[in-house]
Amino acid sequence: MTFVSSTKDTENLTMTLVTEFAADRERVWQVWEDPRQLERWWGPPTWPATFATHNFAPGGRCHYFMTGPDGTEAHGWWEITAVDAPHRLQIEDGFANEDGSPVDPLDTTTMVMTLEDTPTGTRMTTVSRFRSADQLERMLGMGMEEGMKEASGQIDALLAALAA
Amino acid sequence: MVVDQKPREFTDEEIDRIFGALADATRRDILRQSMLGEQSVSGLARSYTMSFAAVQKHVAVLERALLVTKERRGREQIVHSNPAAIRRAARLLDAYEELWRDRIARIGDILSEATPPPQNQQHQPRKDRDIAP
Repeated sequence: MTFVSSTKDTENLTMTLVTEFAADRERVWQVWEDPRQLERWWGPPTWPATFATHNFAPGGRCHYFMTGPDGTEAHGWWEITAVDAPHRLQIEDGFANEDGSPVDPLDTTTMVMTLEDTPTGTRMTTVSRFRSADQLERMLGMGMEEGMKEASGQIDALLAALAA
Repeated sequence: MVVDQKPREFTDEEIDRIFGALADATRRDILRQSMLGEQSVSGLARSYTMSFAAVQKHVAVLERALLVTKERRGREQIVHSNPAAIRRAARLLDAYEELWRDRIARIGDILSEATPPPQNQQHQPRKDRDIAP
């Protein structure tokens, strides 16, 4: 596994991450398509994910929850807005109530995952787009048990980018 | 929940204003100029085709988002940048990248353990393959 690149767009609140795996596309697709494999990586190690429903078809809904060390559950829902196996997947990801219903159907993060062949395996590109910083922060609250990590040196890069 | 454990410098509402302010190209340009050195609102207005009032409104949005501060100096309004707010926006995306790097490392683990079994005769034949023609 190799990280190829990560691109963050502070103005438009998007993050693009490119990774290569030494596995074929069909195999990489399975880690998204098979809920039992998905559960092993979607939640952080101390907040494991359970997919209560997983309807992996266009328009399909999924309901998942992550369980924290103290038993607290954080619920989320997906709507699979595009599936083209084993090439491309588009998902709307939002916060859910305990029954899996959306807290706010419009409060979603858009995620696009694409797979391409490489000479040694598969390149996976994920693009995440947030609607607001508040949403991003709440998403991180669900996903990062240790809280925010202080990034150092980022300001210089950002200032350089803005000044360019 | 977990979200409460992390250090805060800005409220959610403030962060929304930061991203809202940065979503406009003119405001990004005003911010860029103010980062290079203090600017007067009238000086900024001269570098855009829009009216002084329009530039002033953009500066006000940046000011509400805490990205710049404004100071009155005689007849001039001077704009200073506030890099701390920009740093905060960048940090949120950095934290999100960390989350994904962690996920991808685990995807890598799953893929590496699942070396595809050679045509294993103990397995039940699947209907989409391993079936004699």
